Amino acid sequence: MAGPGFSGGDFKHEEQVFLGFTRTQLIAFVLMVVLVVVSPFYFYPVFLMKVLCFALFACAFNLLIGYVGLLSFGHAAYFGMGGYLAGHAAKEWGLPPEIAILIGGATGAILGLVIGAIAIRRQGIYFAMITLAFAQMVYFFCLQAPFTGGEDGIQSIPRGVLFGVFNLNSDMTMYWLTAGVFLIGFLLVHRIVHSPFGMVLKSIRENEPRATSLGYRTDDYKLMAFVLSAALSGVAGGTKSIVFGIATLTDVFWTMSGEVVLMSLVGGLGTIFGPVMGAVVIITMQNYLAEFGAWVTVIQGVIFVLCVLAFRRGIVGEIGNWLKVRL
Amino acid sequence: MDEIFGIPAPLLFGQLLLGLINGAFYALLSLGLAVIFGMLNVINFTHGAQFMMGAFVAWMLLHYFGIGYWWALLLAPLIVGFTGVVIEKTMISRLYKLDHLYGLLLTFGVGLIIEGLFRNQYGSSGMPYRIPPELQGAWDLGFMFMPVYRGWVVIVAIVMCLATWLVIEKTKLGSYLRAATENPALVQAFGINVPRMMTLTYGAGVALAAFAGVLAAPIYSVNPQMGANLIIIVFAVVVIGGMGSILGSVVTGFALGVIEGFTRVFYPEASATVIFVVMAIVLLLRPAGLFGRA
Repeated sequence: MAGPGFSGGDFKHEEQVFLGFTRTQLIAFVLMVVLVVVSPFYFYPVFLMKVLCFALFACAFNLLIGYVGLLSFGHAAYFGMGGYLAGHAAKEWGLPPEIAILIGGATGAILGLVIGAIAIRRQGIYFAMITLAFAQMVYFFCLQAPFTGGEDGIQSIPRGVLFGVFNLNSDMTMYWLTAGVFLIGFLLVHRIVHSPFGMVLKSIRENEPRATSLGYRTDDYKLMAFVLSAALSGVAGGTKSIVFGIATLTDVFWTMSGEVVLMSLVGGLGTIFGPVMGAVVIITMQNYLAEFGAWVTVIQGVIFVLCVLAFRRGIVGEIGNWLKVRL
Repeated sequence: MDEIFGIPAPLLFGQLLLGLINGAFYALLSLGLAVIFGMLNVINFTHGAQFMMGAFVAWMLLHYFGIGYWWALLLAPLIVGFTGVVIEKTMISRLYKLDHLYGLLLTFGVGLIIEGLFRNQYGSSGMPYRIPPELQGAWDLGFMFMPVYRGWVVIVAIVMCLATWLVIEKTKLGSYLRAATENPALVQAFGINVPRMMTLTYGAGVALAAFAGVLAAPIYSVNPQMGANLIIIVFAVVVIGGMGSILGSVVTGFALGVIEGFTRVFYPEASATVIFVVMAIVLLLRPAGLFGRA
């Protein structure tokens, strides 16, 4: 692949001090945890939960684009299907929320395994087109399948009682669960990226033929990364439908796939904190501009264009570049 | 000849015709994508929006200036093609040295902007565009009635595809184009202005999308979303055909339209997804696409 890729930039090697974090990353992580803990006392928890769900979704997406160099343009499929199945499990089967969210993740993983196995047969632009096409197929399936409720979606999904102890109908309790899911997902992505497995992924991103010649079955690694990313997207989607009590077609539509790309791009592709930052920025923007209708689409398009033309490192990438550290 | 496979013949032929019409649009759009991709190495995500612009410009010409279908068929591609030239000059041309995926992200963003602007101005509901009087009515083919306009669309699409193929394969300009696709540096060394050729190629590909948009205006209602869903199907068509061959993408386009039409007769539930299923099968058997080079 020609030209600079989607990595966060090349900086001097910093020692990893804790959980694979460098010192700066650890400071940023602690800062993020503090913000996650403190913010529900200052902001509307439901809004924050939405941000956290999308932040996890964007982190999952970034695992592919940032560390394997695969641009999936169909991640809405795993997010939306995870949401549908989690909602169905909680509402129709009466399963507790923790199981419902796990079912969302399993849905994402299975769907990711099927689609991923076919999509990784092509690279680059074709990969993006194939994933987009399959996601559209999933969308049409959801439009017709009886259990999704078609245009209405699945409504009034109960939040339920977590572990049979914590009643999630309280927004604050729901918030702590969402925050926990997000932090676990975030650390998991971070752990994957910094494991030996993650090193192989990065080597595939940098030079796939070379990785093959070193004896790695690169297709297996790519598929594994794809499944992990899809599973986490499913968890994010499942959590979102438990939070909002609704699962709709919006979450499987191609615009949603575009939005998660935008979040990662704005925050910084291939940075650990970028997708989180991107989710905060985009969801906040949507929240304030919601009354302007189609202008949201126009503004998102403008941000896309500006990011690609002038701002390819994204917010976190720019900060990292300025501080000369990898964030 | 009243029934074929237990299906009433008029229904079968009706859906076959509908499939051919859809196929005509798949062919025209995937052709434009292939021409642009061959030269620029960019997948033009704006293509759907530009198809929609073609239909809208035709509608605007009629609505605001009283300019009818026949002139729109010429003017709309020129106008939309010009906007394509501007987009290439100001934005896409800055990305050639970067990872190709940035081109896809950029054109996706441009598509969002165009679609959002039209949605702001004209809302989401469709606008009717009348079939020109010369093409109204229907032919009686004996086994079915064929609306004249639909026949016209299929024929014009085939002619347009063949014309594009002839220009690329048989003219001097086309030979420059093919050479620049293979090795832009060398062609530039021979004194041919490759950047300008890339700009014009993009403009031509966009004009082709707009032309398809004008053809579509009397069939589908003219609305801001008409291109977005179509283009994803066209992406699947492009993956199935592979972008290596011009004729390949045309044949694939028509064939998939017909397959979709038949599916609508025999198993309507799958008609929306059949093209994606075909894509999956082709990817399993021939990952490079039917006409692609690995």
